[in-house]
Amino acid sequence: MIHKYKLGGYNICLDVHSGAVHVLDDIAYDILDFCDESMTEKCPEEIVSGLVGKYDRDEIEETYSDLYSLKENGQLFSPDDYEQFSDMMTKAPIKSMCINISHDCNLRCEYCFAAKGDFGQGRCLMSLETAKKAIDFIIANSGTRHNLEVDFFGGEPLMNFEVVKQTIEYARSIEKKYNKNFRFTITTNGLLLDDEKTEYINREMNNAVLSLDGRKEVNDRLRITPNGKGCYDIIVPKYQKLVAGRGDKDYYIRGTFTKYNLDFTEDVLHFKELGFDQLSIEPVVSDPNLDYSIKYEDLPRVFEEYERLAQTIIESRKKGEYFNFFHFMIDLNQGPCAIKRLRGCGCGNEYVAVTPQGDIYPCHQFVGHEEYRMGNLHDGTFNTDMKLEFAKANVYSKDNCKNCWAKFYCSGGCNANNYQYEGDIRKSHKTSCELEKKRLECAIMIKAALAESGDETQCDGEDCISSCI
Amino acid sequence: MKTAKHIKTLNQANLKESAVKGGCGECQASCQSACKTSCTVANQKCEK
Repeated sequence: MIHKYKLGGYNICLDVHSGAVHVLDDIAYDILDFCDESMTEKCPEEIVSGLVGKYDRDEIEETYSDLYSLKENGQLFSPDDYEQFSDMMTKAPIKSMCINISHDCNLRCEYCFAAKGDFGQGRCLMSLETAKKAIDFIIANSGTRHNLEVDFFGGEPLMNFEVVKQTIEYARSIEKKYNKNFRFTITTNGLLLDDEKTEYINREMNNAVLSLDGRKEVNDRLRITPNGKGCYDIIVPKYQKLVAGRGDKDYYIRGTFTKYNLDFTEDVLHFKELGFDQLSIEPVVSDPNLDYSIKYEDLPRVFEEYERLAQTIIESRKKGEYFNFFHFMIDLNQGPCAIKRLRGCGCGNEYVAVTPQGDIYPCHQFVGHEEYRMGNLHDGTFNTDMKLEFAKANVYSKDNCKNCWAKFYCSGGCNANNYQYEGDIRKSHKTSCELEKKRLECAIMIKAALAESGDETQCDGEDCISSCI
Repeated sequence: MKTAKHIKTLNQANLKESAVKGGCGECQASCQSACKTSCTVANQKCEK
């Protein structure tokens, strides 16, 4: 299977099952219209006759020969022989956990998928006892996995920061005994950040995800306090201080774009102007009937904006300016292994979320959906049949995924989106699919542009020589 | 980058090789890094 497309002045061909990416001239691009898995060594006469008015015969035959060599080298029309690894795509130890340390929030963001902080379950905070049980649970269910990821999430986790700190202290006190290495992330809206919390986060958290939607008027339209005021002026200086002290630890400024700011390139550029360089902004997940939702008919405008953002990134890199946009990151050589790509995000199998009540869900987006409650930390229940159901929800069990060119990049998409908007974890959410495919096309095009300009290795980000853009 | 007259290949095309050596499971869960509402697996780092 191949995927070929034109973008940014480049003719690009992705060979899906080998992962090879080729940039083609016009003749090679046109010849591919006549080719498939059954290519033979000799250029078929129908290709010559089909293109001879546009190119000369010798050039057609020469180019065909180059394409055939790629096929022979396993870089074009390479077969799908991943079925042999299917047993590696099933159940796995739990290595990642989202701890909803607070089902309360000091913002009332209009688009919040967590029902403005409480996931529809009433406002409450997690006790230390429950948080410790969560740590015990992931250790007990992590098998031989060494690296364990824990994200403090909410609601707003800074509203329960003492328990966050005590939970980390507890995990650190026992990780060596069990040969584990905890990596902590906090996802915060920033309102309660102060010097002490900032210093603690920069010392203890491997990653900090800082919510901000972009320009002041964009952020303050939807990210509002309970009394209806915007939060931009409060949080931006706090984020700048935190990032200034972050050192080489990961962070992301993480925004959401909606129908209200389909010109979101401006928001990415605003992040950059504020001094941030690790950026993520992604489409709102919401009921399509809401005013701010991204609807299927909005896709052409969003695609146009992703192309604009991609060109902006290329121009910046050529000027020696660096910023990283999470959803255009792609590593064509040293990215995740094919097994990980086929397993997908791992929700419900390698990854679970726990609530202040100790309930266990496949991920944070399933919280509150009673039919997907997997168990409870206090009564010791855990539905391993449901875990297996999620384990099997890989690209080869999703009808729309197994023959999709993007299957090794999005890996089956978000099961929660599938469930909430299509009614089945295996049924792809079409709008999300189209957005993901467009982002991938842009990400690969950026690679082509930077390779051509020789800027590909000038990135100054850590571990970025081939991975970031 | 491998260059021919009509075709430039940008990478080593080692996805199948990675399947044979892969699956250690030590890498980050995709949702843990910066998204939380969508899934992009290919931008995760390999731990090996």
